[in-house]
Amino acid sequence: MLLRCYKNSYSEWGSVMMIKYAVQRLLQAIPVLFGISLISFGLIRVTPGDPAEIMLRSDGIQPSPEAVAAIRAQLGLDEPLFMQYGRWLWRVLHLDMGISFSSGHSVAEELLSRFPATLYLAASAVVILLILALPVGIASAMFRGGWIDRISRAAVIISAAMPGYWLGLLLIYYGAVKVRWFPVTGMDGYSSVLLPAFTLSFGMAGTYVRLIRTGLIDALGQNYILSARARGLRETVVIGSHALRNALLPVITLFGIHFSHLLGGAVIVETIFAWPGIGKYAVDAIFAKDYRVIQGYVLFMAVVVVTVNLLVDIGYKMLDPRIRLGSSA
Amino acid sequence: MKKQAENAWQKAFFWIGASIVGGAVLIGLFAPYLMPSDPYLIRLDIRLSPPSLAYPLGTDPMGRCVLSRLIAGTRTSLFYSVLVLGAVLLISVPIGLLAGYAGGRTDHMIMRVIDMVLAFPSLILSLAIAGLLGPSLPNLLLAFVLVWWAGYARIVRGLVLQIKEMDYIRAARACGTSHWQMVLRHIIRNAARPMLVLASLEIGSILLSISGLSFLGLGAQPPIPEWGVMLNDSRAYMQTAPRLMLFPGLAIMTVVTGFNLLGEGLRSADRRGVR
Repeated sequence: MLLRCYKNSYSEWGSVMMIKYAVQRLLQAIPVLFGISLISFGLIRVTPGDPAEIMLRSDGIQPSPEAVAAIRAQLGLDEPLFMQYGRWLWRVLHLDMGISFSSGHSVAEELLSRFPATLYLAASAVVILLILALPVGIASAMFRGGWIDRISRAAVIISAAMPGYWLGLLLIYYGAVKVRWFPVTGMDGYSSVLLPAFTLSFGMAGTYVRLIRTGLIDALGQNYILSARARGLRETVVIGSHALRNALLPVITLFGIHFSHLLGGAVIVETIFAWPGIGKYAVDAIFAKDYRVIQGYVLFMAVVVVTVNLLVDIGYKMLDPRIRLGSSA
Repeated sequence: MKKQAENAWQKAFFWIGASIVGGAVLIGLFAPYLMPSDPYLIRLDIRLSPPSLAYPLGTDPMGRCVLSRLIAGTRTSLFYSVLVLGAVLLISVPIGLLAGYAGGRTDHMIMRVIDMVLAFPSLILSLAIAGLLGPSLPNLLLAFVLVWWAGYARIVRGLVLQIKEMDYIRAARACGTSHWQMVLRHIIRNAARPMLVLASLEIGSILLSISGLSFLGLGAQPPIPEWGVMLNDSRAYMQTAPRLMLFPGLAIMTVVTGFNLLGEGLRSADRRGVR
């Protein structure tokens, strides 16, 4: 009874601390987002030439100086930089990232409509990553120094050095051209996501195998494992429920860091597999010299990464009892 | 006993890595003497021909010698990776040193700028900068340097902060060593080893990124012999000449593996304190 009472008060205290932490973390994200907006705004300035002229030139006609001056005034390019930044930020906060030169549609709408495809690809990659890395990592830890551990070690070296763009081509050749098990490119049903998602996850699989292995080896040496074994629990329970839970915590933190790698890698994978996601859209925009789209893409991706990292940090705190119990932070 | 075996493995890995990298550097240096024919010479009459004595790996869709282009590509890839790494170090080391050594407000301001750059996914930011500057190899290299200095500067700063706490620094300070002397003689010297290890670990990923964005058409432009460009060129001939996509990929993977093994070897040697 006494124990239950203590437990209740603890969990209430814990949730107060959690909310405090979440608010704190949210406030910390504000200067980062501000920095992101500054760089994204500044990016458009690295383009060679006058934006007004480029905009007019996209029709293929050499513009008159009057027309350029008119567009400059219309775009507010004659105003001081900080005024331009202010206006731009205000519009971006209202989800207005301008109009794409090449399609004539709103950049924000185009990005949002393509984002689900990229998210689907990234989520599938994470699922494949776990399917690949969990069993191998666990086996490597349980049979430490054994043949499975050795093979996984070699595989890790290869997976880190394998260029994703090459793996993608090889998979298309063997999986889609030679045996025709999978569609060559595009997004059409479940089978179409397998090859691109595998390509995306392969490069990271090695890191996760090693991380799960070290985490598990470390956890297996702890006293609570000894006590669990002493209580006569089955080995599957000891590993599956006690050790693994602790071994997976660093995996979650790493996932936050790797999520941005995943989005970066998606650019190449989407291009190879003609996946209708946000990365392919950005690459197409680069070749169409559609600067607003590139700017919007960078801004959007950075905001997504910051948000995911925020969620990962808060999720980590919620999962780890040591952190929940430990300090006030 | 187990520890010894482990060390032996690590040594073996290190030497495998060192020989791959050494071999690649030699190929890059002596490329003009090793190429069986001109990597730029277009001969449409022998396009896509299978391997032969004159063309050991066959010819590409333009009738150029694949082996010669691979060898020339070694030079391109290594040279530009080292160039990017050098430029990144040239920017990030002074900034990191300044932030770590000066501390206080200087450190705070530099770190805010670094945080801003690091908030972006690095590949995406370099892709955007390279795209906005216009697709070309120099622009791509510039984009990488503009993005990657931040990560290194942060690491250098961390190293300096660690070294600053050492007793020998306190002793030097007590002796009245000037700031310049302190940084040049004590801090840089002690930070150099871990930085070298880090650089050797990173050069593989620089190479992968340069080839990757060249593959997308944002870096080296045809006809420059570069592995990523060669891979991209081979895509259209996947059905007729799949061997074309085999070799450049294999080359990238081998060299990157070499650098990774070398870096890992150096790192574990550094940890053991072997000189």
